[in-house]
Amino acid sequence: MTYQEKKSIVSLISAVLIFVFYCLYMYPQYPGGAVESSEAFRFWGSFVLSLTLVSILAHILISIVFNIIFRITTGEKEPTFADELDQLIDLKAFRNSFFVFVLGFLLAMGSLVIDQPSQVMFMILIASGFISDVTGSFTKLYHYRRGV
Amino acid sequence: MGKILVGNHIRKLRFNHNEMTQQQLADKVGVTRQTIVALEKGNYSPSLELAFRIAHAFGLPLEEVFFYGDPPSE
Repeated sequence: MTYQEKKSIVSLISAVLIFVFYCLYMYPQYPGGAVESSEAFRFWGSFVLSLTLVSILAHILISIVFNIIFRITTGEKEPTFADELDQLIDLKAFRNSFFVFVLGFLLAMGSLVIDQPSQVMFMILIASGFISDVTGSFTKLYHYRRGV
Repeated sequence: MGKILVGNHIRKLRFNHNEMTQQQLADKVGVTRQTIVALEKGNYSPSLELAFRIAHAFGLPLEEVFFYGDPPSE
């Protein structure tokens, strides 16, 4: 298995773990009472902002640890640049990931149109962000294994 | 979409050029070793620029390294 395939798998697993553990951590902190209260909006705002920060930091940390383990176990250096194949696969992954997020965004807006509570909109937005991240990693893994 | 139709003789040519390693060829043409692996496995059709760079690395014309469709009989 190549470096990029392993990296895509690690990225996929870490995206799922980060999201699941973050949700489990935040779930008990959801404010009770009215769903449209300013407290609830503050909760969702901080949920999205913190998730973004936590996710970026965790991905950087996991990537560093992965590179160290990769070097130790294989005795091989990780590629230091992205060549045309990497760039092509990155573009395809970005396209699919973006498509999923836009679909989720439209669904989230649609939920407001059909008079769903705003928390449904936030949940759809957050879920689509997560699924788009997973889609990107999965697309990379697929193309590195099956070709372009 | 069917299988990629652009094939190549890179593996054989590496062997004939002092058993050049995938990494050595990758360094010569400016890609990662994983891209050479993907090319040899037929998982990737290179850009025209990369195809020319690979052909130059072997000192051969393009059509002696790459072929379109079925591999030419030898």
